[in-house]
Amino acid sequence: MSSAPGKNYINEKSGLWSWLTTLDHKRIGILYMIAVMTFFAIGGTFAMLIRTELFKVGPTIMTAHQYNQVMTFHGAIMVFMVIIPGIPAFLGNFILPMQLGAKDVAFPRVNLLSWYCLIIGASIAFFSLFYNGVDTGWTFYTPYSITTQNGTILMVLGAFVIGFSSILTGLNFIVTTHKLRAPGMSFWRMPLFVWALYSTALLQVLATPVLAITLLLLSAERLLGVGIFDPKLGGDPVLFQHFFWFYSHPAVYIMILPAMGVVSELITTFSHKTIFGYKAIALSSVGIAAVSFFVWGHHMFVSGQSEIAGILFSFITMLVGVPTAIKVFNWTATLYKGSISFDSPMLFALGFLFLFTIGGVTGIILAVIGVDVHFHDTYFVVAHFHYVMVGGTLMAIMGGIYYWFPKMFGRMVNEFWARISFVLIFVGFNVTFFPQFILGAMGMPRRYFDYLPAYEPLNRISSIGAWTIGTGFLVGLAVIIHGLTKGEIAGDNPWGAKTLEWTTSSPPPHENFLVQPVVTAGPYEYR
Amino acid sequence: MSTVNSVAHGKHHHAHHYDSAEHQYLAAKFGTWVFLCTEILMFGGLFVGYIIYHQKFPQMFHEGSKFCDWRLGGTNTLVLIFSSLTMALSIYYAQLNQKKKSLASLYITLICGFIFLGIKYIEYTHKFHEGLFPGRFFAFDNPEEMARWKAMGINNMGMFFSFYFVMTGIHASHVIAGMGLITWLIIRTHRGDFDSDYYTPLECVGLFWHLVDLIWIYLFPLLYLIS
Amino acid sequence: MLSTVSTSSHFMPPQGSEVAAGVDTLYGFLLIASFISCVLVIGGLIYFAVKYRRTSPDQKTPYISHSTTLEFLWSFIPFVIFMIVFVWGWWVYMQIRTMPTDALEIAVQGQKWSWTFTYKNGRTSGSEFYVPVGQDVRLVMNSVDVIHSFYIPAFRTKQDVVPGRYSNEWFRAEKEGDYQVFCAEYCGDGHSAMMAKIHVVSREKFEDWLANDPYKGLAPAAVGQKVYAGRCIACHDTQPRSQKNTKLGPNWGGIFGSTETIEGGTAKVDENYLRESILDPNAKIVKGFPMGVMPTQAGQLSEAEISGVIEYIKSLK
Repeated sequence: MSSAPGKNYINEKSGLWSWLTTLDHKRIGILYMIAVMTFFAIGGTFAMLIRTELFKVGPTIMTAHQYNQVMTFHGAIMVFMVIIPGIPAFLGNFILPMQLGAKDVAFPRVNLLSWYCLIIGASIAFFSLFYNGVDTGWTFYTPYSITTQNGTILMVLGAFVIGFSSILTGLNFIVTTHKLRAPGMSFWRMPLFVWALYSTALLQVLATPVLAITLLLLSAERLLGVGIFDPKLGGDPVLFQHFFWFYSHPAVYIMILPAMGVVSELITTFSHKTIFGYKAIALSSVGIAAVSFFVWGHHMFVSGQSEIAGILFSFITMLVGVPTAIKVFNWTATLYKGSISFDSPMLFALGFLFLFTIGGVTGIILAVIGVDVHFHDTYFVVAHFHYVMVGGTLMAIMGGIYYWFPKMFGRMVNEFWARISFVLIFVGFNVTFFPQFILGAMGMPRRYFDYLPAYEPLNRISSIGAWTIGTGFLVGLAVIIHGLTKGEIAGDNPWGAKTLEWTTSSPPPHENFLVQPVVTAGPYEYR
Repeated sequence: MSTVNSVAHGKHHHAHHYDSAEHQYLAAKFGTWVFLCTEILMFGGLFVGYIIYHQKFPQMFHEGSKFCDWRLGGTNTLVLIFSSLTMALSIYYAQLNQKKKSLASLYITLICGFIFLGIKYIEYTHKFHEGLFPGRFFAFDNPEEMARWKAMGINNMGMFFSFYFVMTGIHASHVIAGMGLITWLIIRTHRGDFDSDYYTPLECVGLFWHLVDLIWIYLFPLLYLIS
Repeated sequence: MLSTVSTSSHFMPPQGSEVAAGVDTLYGFLLIASFISCVLVIGGLIYFAVKYRRTSPDQKTPYISHSTTLEFLWSFIPFVIFMIVFVWGWWVYMQIRTMPTDALEIAVQGQKWSWTFTYKNGRTSGSEFYVPVGQDVRLVMNSVDVIHSFYIPAFRTKQDVVPGRYSNEWFRAEKEGDYQVFCAEYCGDGHSAMMAKIHVVSREKFEDWLANDPYKGLAPAAVGQKVYAGRCIACHDTQPRSQKNTKLGPNWGGIFGSTETIEGGTAKVDENYLRESILDPNAKIVKGFPMGVMPTQAGQLSEAEISGVIEYIKSLK
């Protein structure tokens, strides 16, 4: 069924019900966009509360107990409801089939189900607020998470359901990539965003089930006292950490790999130059995914695990640094002799390179086991993971939104205000998180409601930075809303990009392409 | 099955984003295998937990296993293996356009599922009757046995039953899910949805059912045969 | 007396031990290597972005797809650097983790939210302990409830304190002074208040302190004040109730002799009430405070200490 001219996936059918029961991957991508942006607003608000509380010594706006809940919700929301689904389920759902020249993902109904898993799981998790919230930290370490009297089990079960959203998305992407590529599109002709999403999908499918069983066992521990993690019943609390991090380490690669895929697209498009080292970047994505299963113990260097285990984990973590470095060098080399424009998507891509480099080298520092003993569970770690997750993934999400905005909505955003939001976010981010490296070196532990006066000056600077980032994101939200309603009408390919999604109209018709694309060359043929 | 966005090709529709029914069939099978991998990893986590604690408390597991009647467990094993055969037969007959035999095979598979659950029900209620509850609810009312265990150094027998109930319970939930899917297949077979050109749902559910069977084949010796 | 948190080189705390110096040297190398990498990459990208900015909308670019040589170089060189820091880190780690054979052993018990130190001669101390300078000290640690972590920034060492098992940590302080200890594994509402101090003193002073009954010659209220400073201070303030409550538990000032509003009624604050509050905190909960937060002190305090705390509270206005 081909679309009548002027009809696209947005105006084809109207009404809320048509959206809530859609099987169109593009509409499902938009449903995810709305969900993820909503959760980001909530998680971000909790972040602002944290930094406001930490502005000065002593209680500022809340009690210790409230702080611990705010800190837990901030982490759980951001990890499970924003950063993990953020790129794959929103941008990936919309763009991956199009970049493959396909009409949809392999299993559209499973795709819709995955969105409902996110919504239902999130609702269950938020329901814990009615039962005195959750104060375990997003990592749920035992025995604290077994004995704390509140709604922990609801958040744990909520995360369990959300996990299925991730598994089903991954499953869909793997089968789509294998089975629905356009004629002529070999694996070596796929865009790098697809390679990134494919590697991510492998992790989603293989790692998340281990989280599922971990959360079920934690629930059983709380409800039945099974004894597996409770030392009073013969269990081992450190075993929980092994189970938990076996998933959660690959999870951080689920968070960063898609972002790297977006950056590949942005760098090549906004340099109007073919990507440097296509095969290296593609294979490094798969390599990172594979090695990521063997490094979980670097979260547990001081947990009591054996020294030899610690040394092995440190070694393998070094190995995963190599493919990561390879990507950064290849992106930089792409810029060489390029034709570089500074539209807002590119600003975010360059911002990613800047911030992720810092995040990456500090990751290597933490992997050095002799030094990690001092830094573990301090603000150094907090700074490191915010550099890669916010400075990395969130910058890439923003870049991706502004990049694919014309394709998804047929309109351009206001460049001036998009750039303002970039500057606020970029500067604000560094002001917030760079001082935290120093705080960590000085010995300030994390998850601290209060701190010694010597740490106050840097905490103040950090909090001021946080309010700046918050402002930047509010501006960004305004840019998006304005763009949706009043943005200048966009053509099919405003950036002069080369991947297949830009060969069809903006917004695309329901079945993506009026004529089945046939691929005869690689994805970045800027000649 | 939704006929919106599907293309007519022969008697059977395929979704608009596939080239042919064959194409969709191959994708569905591949997707099912990927899903089975996720199940293997989830149960794998449980098995790892079991191995760790069996190593830590070998005697406790040995003693606990005595309460698992290998005859009932063994019967369940045979029942599930047989049901895998009948499930495979239902596909075979569909491929030969023998709807009645395919339907009969599905019914027998379903009945096997009920037998499995029935035996599990007997086992569970018997254990509850004896006070063999999981974890902190463990309340075995046999003071001599408790004393004997204490003398052996066992004082957390509740943990064995935690493993027993959690592992067989999660497995049983998958048996129930499988039975629900088989019921759906029965309804569709009645309706005449399947024939030699199209039997994809039968095959995909069949793969799932075989995995459920396979997991039991691992569970059975670990819980029933270690004493 | 060294400031506990002031920083020396590269923002690290003062080096309290040789191991700390070793960690700092490695960290310094990592900082320099990271800085150089960042300058190369970030400098490179800024330079390229400026030099190769778009001059016209249809500007053409050379088709440079890859370079196997470069790929090899920028894989191999980082790999070599990573291996160097890995081995170096392993060496430093073994220094941190290899327990000395002839060390002064101190038992450390962590609980929500305080640390208790016990010496071989029976001397105990809450929230602070003394060690002689230049002496290997080995801490044998365990927790009675949840996972904590004993973190001594000045010695660059940390070890999780896990219920159900013992863990070890060692240090040798090279300079006299006071060193800060933090709990570094989230453990609930009092996590950031769960601090301790290590006093590194001369051997004579140490022996003196060790042999000393901490409560010798002290009136009961003074004994109670010492117990308070070592244990209760994390959650209770000595200010009167009229002052705003900033800590987890109710203020103690002026409560003795008053009538307390508790969940489900009232209670007179007398010696029996206070004793019950110490040994069975959940029996009566002051209205507005949560149940199940204060851990029992049964088995932790001697009779003299309990009486001392009661007398101390009586003295507070």
